[in-house]
Formats: sequence, C-alpha cells, structure tokens
Amino acid sequence: MTTIAGVDTPTDEVSQKRGRLIYRQKLATRLTHWIWAISLFFLLLSGLQIFMARPDLYIGKQSGFGFDNAILRIDARKVGNEIQGVTTIFGTSVDTTGWLGLVPEDGSMTAKTFPGWLTVPSYRDLATGRVVHFFFAWVLVTTLTAWLIASIVNGHIRELIPTVSDLKGLPRDIVDHLRLRFHHDGRYNGLQKLSYVGVLFVALPVMILTGLTMSPGMDALFPVLLDIFGGRQTARTIHFAVMLALVLFFVVHILMVVLAGPLNELRAIVTGWYRTSSAKRS
Amino acid sequence: MTRFTLSRRTFLTGATLASTASLTGCFDGLGDRDSHVRNVLEMANSVTYRVQRTLLGNTDLAREYSESEIRQPQRPNGTTDPTDDDYLTLASGHFAGYRLTIGGLVEKPQSFSLDEIRAMPSRTQITRHDCVEGWSCIAKWTGVQLFRLLDQAQVKPAARYAVFACFDTMEQGLDGPIKYYESIDLMDAHHPQTILAYGLNDRALPVSNGAPLRVRVERQLGYKMAKYIKSITLVNDFASYGYGNGGYWEDNGYDWFAGI
Repeated sequence: MTTIAGVDTPTDEVSQKRGRLIYRQKLATRLTHWIWAISLFFLLLSGLQIFMARPDLYIGKQSGFGFDNAILRIDARKVGNEIQGVTTIFGTSVDTTGWLGLVPEDGSMTAKTFPGWLTVPSYRDLATGRVVHFFFAWVLVTTLTAWLIASIVNGHIRELIPTVSDLKGLPRDIVDHLRLRFHHDGRYNGLQKLSYVGVLFVALPVMILTGLTMSPGMDALFPVLLDIFGGRQTARTIHFAVMLALVLFFVVHILMVVLAGPLNELRAIVTGWYRTSSAKRS
Repeated sequence: MTRFTLSRRTFLTGATLASTASLTGCFDGLGDRDSHVRNVLEMANSVTYRVQRTLLGNTDLAREYSESEIRQPQRPNGTTDPTDDDYLTLASGHFAGYRLTIGGLVEKPQSFSLDEIRAMPSRTQITRHDCVEGWSCIAKWTGVQLFRLLDQAQVKPAARYAVFACFDTMEQGLDGPIKYYESIDLMDAHHPQTILAYGLNDRALPVSNGAPLRVRVERQLGYKMAKYIKSITLVNDFASYGYGNGGYWEDNGYDWFAGI
C-alpha cells in the first residue's frame, strides 16, 4: 500500500509498523525556534526597507560617488522612451522591470527598489524600517543567548555538533536527500547538523557582527570590527549576502519539512512529540 | 522504504507557510507614529542608547583615516543651499556678521564670531560620515572642540542636552517655517571628536556642507550632525522644541539616538 508521509493511516497493519512517539524537542528549543521565525521574518522585511534608502552595495570603507566600488545597484533608468527597472551586478545589467527597480504599485509602475510585499511597511518609510529592525535585532540576540545557555544545560547542543562519523556519512546523506529518502530515527543527520550549525554559529553571528559594524558607535568601541569585515561598506554588503543565504536556508528548510512529513515535523516543533518511523528501514 | 507523495494537504501546508510574506501590508500600521505597538518597538532605541552609553567611554574615538582615504568630495545631503533671508544676508558677507550664541543652562552665555572660533585651538580629523540611508564618505574636518566653548559658557549641573538651532527651513508648518534642529547628550557634547567644523578637506566649509558651522558627532549618524548652526542651547529636556522628539528627523519618526 502507499504510505503518505506524515499522514498516519489508521489501519492495524500500519499502526503496528509505526514507530514510537518520542519527546524530541524541548520547550526551550521550540520556544526559541518560533521567536526566531518571527524575528527573522520582520528583520528580513524591515532590512529590505532599510536597503531601499540606498539600493547599492559597495566594497570598502566608503561608498564611491567620485569613483566606482559598487557591486550591486538597483535603480530605474530611461531606456529609449521607456523607464526600466535595472539591476546591475558586478557590472552586468539585467532588466528586472516588475520585480526590482520599477515595480507595480497602486496599479501603475513606480520607480522603487522592491515591491510592497517585500518590505515593512509596504511603502517607503526608512524611519519605521529602522525601528522594526532594531527591535527584532534585540529580540534575536536575546533569544540566541538564551538558547545557547539552555542548549548547553539541556544537552541539545551536543545533538547538533557533527561527529566524525557524521562527516564520513555526508556523501550518503546527500544521496539520500536527493532521492528524498529520509530517516525518521529521532536524530539529526550530518547534513542537518551542518546546516543548523551553519545558521546558528556562522550565519547569525556574522549577521549580528556585520550589523554592529554598521553602527558608528560600536565601531568606536570595537574598531577591530572594521578590520575583520574590510570596512563599513563591505560589512553592509556581507550583511546583505548572508541575508540571501538565510533566505535560501529558509526555502530548503520548509521544503524539507514538507517532504519529510509536515504534520509530524510541525508537531515536533510545536508540542515536542515526534513519531519515529518503524525500525524497518531499507 | 517509505515513499513520499505530495498530497493535497501537504501541498496546502507548504503553500500557506510560503505565502505569509504576502501578508506584509498588514504591518503598515507600524508606520503610524502614534501607534502603541510602534511605541513599544521604539523602546529598543532606548536600550541601544543605554547599552552604548554603558560600554562607550568618552575616550573611545571613532576611527580616523589617512589622507589617502579621502578619495572624493564630501557628499552633501539634506539642505544644501538654504534660502532663508537671514542666512543669505550672512552668506553674502562671507559670514563676517555671524555670531554663534550659547545659552540656556549655562553660567555665562556666550557669543562668538567666526574669527574668534577660528582663533581657538583647532582639531582636524579624517573621519567616515555614515548616513542613515546607508552610505559612507570619508573627509577631513577642521573645527573647534565643542567642549572648549561649553567650558567657557560653564554648563550648569542641571543641563543634560545641547540643542542646535539651525538657519535652514525644512518645510512650512502651520505656525510658520519649521527649521532644522538637533540635540545630543552632554557625553557626546564633551567628546574630544565632537567639533564645530568650519573647514572641510583643507578648505573653508562650503555652503552645501553646512557653512559657517556644522557639528561633527562622529559616533552617530549624519542626521545628528546639524549644519548651518545658529545657536546652541543647553537644556534639561528638549520637549519644548519642535514636536518634542529632539530633532527635525526625530519629529518625523527617526530614533533620537543614532549611534546605530
């Protein structure tokens, strides 16, 4: 018979095969997960609002006005008789009308970096973007700290650190993922560990540090931040690039949840209880 | 082996999660300057201010750069050419008739001509100007350290902020023109890099960058660094200025503390 992932068909045959319910995610893990989800949602959309005030990215200490050190520029340009949304990356210009630079707004095309659904607020408002961004930046930093302490205490952190055998098993993990063959044994596989560790111990700390490098006050306190990230404008560019990496993580994360059985996965991250699959595995 | 079929229910769950982004128009209420939720979110700025004030001593300096980092003219922003009558009169006389007044909570109110200010010990610093919009620009600023003027005026213990009144009109309000103003706390006012600049890149400060005097507050963003300064008032509270938020942009929803 066909098993639909995550939907437990209540036949005797299947229920015998079903794995045990295990208490998979502790309260601290679940709570911080959802606070991050909300925080990152607002940080992304308010961050894009802030970016709209200067929709360019530069490499170096300053922004080139008398010279060119921009690697990304999103603007609206007159091409012939019509206005186009143009995105220029490393000197290559692409027509992005409708998506970037020139976007539909109230029924007509408007020169604006992002469409309204990508920003908070949906209209241009840098002041509010900053208010929202810094509020959730504090929430994120506080929650990350609380999570780190709780995870050290309750042992969650040990489940996340990849072991040597995890790393050796990576090729097999990759093949299994590509075949959409998932093991529900209640433990993280090597790929999962690497991506969670990458987000929690690399991407988010880099986001926080590059964010602080953009603060003229923090630069006075820790001038070394400017040296680590190659100048304030490079830090801003890294902040943007890591944002894209986090968005990619989110997309893959959701895809994995959907493919691995969304109800079981959601139950685990809401209630903590997770049903492992039967011991019988191919 | 378990087979995975994308059922309709599975698909809908994913689609619902993926579509949350299109709800964002729902958060436009945050743009309302008086909304309670926004006021709560704004408290984060007070936290940032307190944390930076706890961590940052008066000897922590903003980075100063070498001459070779001055690669372009200082980009002017905001008002670049005031059209106010009193300003134009002073500008036409090369600011010979200009006087900076310092008053409010001081023992000895002061009035300085530009020549008097130029004759005082000066400080020159090559620093990075960070605009709230996101760009940065490195330039060399020369001026008198604000604490020297404040010391002459003898700030009273009750004073907590220095308010800069400016010549340039930003917009026409119901009660007449709304002019630019700004305020900083006394820690920033006494900071060694806080100067009233009259020179930019080895030349007299041009009108577009705030002649005759603009303040440099190197550990904050550009909008704190008032241009076209007319007077400085020491106050205990800036509630009676503008709409009471401590600056023109603050009255338009920007955070008062711009160290981030």
